[in-house]
Amino acid sequence: MNNKQDLKQVVNQALAEQKVPHVKLKKIGVDKVNVERLTKPSKETRQEYWGKGLTYAAIILIIALVVSIIGFIAVRGLSTFLQNHVNVFHFLTSTDWDPGEGKNYVGAAAMIVTSFAVTILAALVATPFAIAVALFMTEYSSKKGGHFLQTVMELLVGIPSVVYGFLGLTIIVPLIRNIFGGTGFGILSATLVLFVMVLPTITSLTVDSLNAVPNHYRQASAALGATHWQTIYKVVLRVAAPRIMTAVIFGMARAFGEALAVQMVIGNAVLMPYNLVSPSATLTSQLTSQMGNTVMGTLPNNALWSLALLLLIMALFFNFLVRFVGKKGQK
Amino acid sequence: MNAKTRDKVATAVIYALVSVVVVILFGIIGNILVSGVPHLSWHFLTSEASSYQAGGGVRDQLFNSLYLLVLTMIISLPIALGAAIYLAEYATDNWFTSLIRTTIEILSSLPSIVVGLFGYLLFVVQFGFGFSIISGALALTFFNLPTLTSNIEQAIAGVPQTQRDAGLALGLSNWKTIRGIVLPAALPGILTGVILSAGRIFGEAAALIYTAGQSGSTIDYSNWNPFSPTSFLNVMRPAETLAVHIWKVNTEGIIPDADIVSAATSALLIIVVILFNLGARALGNHLYRKLTAAKS
Repeated sequence: MNNKQDLKQVVNQALAEQKVPHVKLKKIGVDKVNVERLTKPSKETRQEYWGKGLTYAAIILIIALVVSIIGFIAVRGLSTFLQNHVNVFHFLTSTDWDPGEGKNYVGAAAMIVTSFAVTILAALVATPFAIAVALFMTEYSSKKGGHFLQTVMELLVGIPSVVYGFLGLTIIVPLIRNIFGGTGFGILSATLVLFVMVLPTITSLTVDSLNAVPNHYRQASAALGATHWQTIYKVVLRVAAPRIMTAVIFGMARAFGEALAVQMVIGNAVLMPYNLVSPSATLTSQLTSQMGNTVMGTLPNNALWSLALLLLIMALFFNFLVRFVGKKGQK
Repeated sequence: MNAKTRDKVATAVIYALVSVVVVILFGIIGNILVSGVPHLSWHFLTSEASSYQAGGGVRDQLFNSLYLLVLTMIISLPIALGAAIYLAEYATDNWFTSLIRTTIEILSSLPSIVVGLFGYLLFVVQFGFGFSIISGALALTFFNLPTLTSNIEQAIAGVPQTQRDAGLALGLSNWKTIRGIVLPAALPGILTGVILSAGRIFGEAAALIYTAGQSGSTIDYSNWNPFSPTSFLNVMRPAETLAVHIWKVNTEGIIPDADIVSAATSALLIIVVILFNLGARALGNHLYRKLTAAKS
């Protein structure tokens, strides 16, 4: 604490040379000046350190948490390749999944394909609905109608994912069984369940993006004699496009990571899906249903952790994609 | 087709899609309530779940859900509050702040099953907590932190700058200003954020399957000693929540009345979550009216 010493010296010197207002000093006496107190941090400064320290600690905790989540899952997930010597390429492209049989039966391609299929299909179905609802809320309806739909969306968000899974199991699966035959489990059921689940996510972000379009664009377009729809299609949607893209990616990220609702309706058979109504399995559904059946440290268990690692990487990738599209939109 | 017809067609399509969405929502809510509420009896709420017979209730699951919710909030609120205060008040526009924001975004984008598996790896296996309420509460904390932090941050950022200036002008330290002026002013927003995330926690299951476990132990509600293994307050006992219960009775399918039990439990979950949502809104409005001079 060299600084403190210096400060003390300065104060002492100033007192000796009587550079401080000496009228007051004469009254109280030079020797009674509390140099210690004058040079110590004030009560406010100490409060400030304390408070700032607390908030810093919370931040550091969160960063440490995220780093350790990634670290732990990476270590576990990589041991399939490092300890059990499974070929990464084989893991990504083979459809033979029976890790109990040895390292040549650890192919996750069927699950990867199914995961992507349900994600992309759900986003494809949900996006038109989401954009329609968002347009209705921002461009068409009165304040009351918009408020009503807002409540509808909040209610949809609030429904827990197991409840969606249960409804899928009791309504959608029998319906599809009656229409298409087979068991009713499969990609189509999962898509329909995920469609309802990602709808609010995409809608609320799309509403934000439409609200961010400056009103004078709409007025300028209307002044040119454009119809309402021309204004929306040629001006509003074009301006909002990058942020709508971001909204769709957010929705896809949610669909990709959804576990229980999908697990309940997908059928849980690790097979390459040959049509939309054949039972199959996604990365999340396989993790959910099998993690409890394997022993820590064995190949079947490590293989599951590799699936978890794949999920983690995809989550990071979606994150990156959102940033990338967002940056492009700013240009 | 000229522009006018096209406009009419587009409008009609948009109205049609919106009505489909509204119908879906009412279909969902209606279906759950119609098939579930008739089975929501006092008996259902106060009797134990049965493992293979019909007629079980959800007493323990309901208590576990509430207990986990409270524990999770106790753990996550201080952390989220600290992080939110840092982000709203202290953070400057530099690389460290953008690192923090990226980290929080990553945490919020992680699938809840991944968060649950991390909790399993760290608490259940590494720390040897086993399937327990505390493991579940910690996993839910991770799941809850990003949303809660950004909710609280928004609430704090919404407090007008003049309030802070007034505090600083009185010679208060930054920290004292935050604690004494900014936080009370942001309280309605913070409470709303807390209640909304409580609804999310209440319905979460994927993060709990491998942390809090899928089975319950025998619980004695008259045993108030939290260290006794049969006490309802013991945090080291495995605990199945309502949401996990729905998942389990459907995937295992051992009890004959799985449909009835899950319909009733779903209805219970939805009702609680809707109550949380309505409560958050009502409380926010009430506090806002009380703390400001706003009418209506």
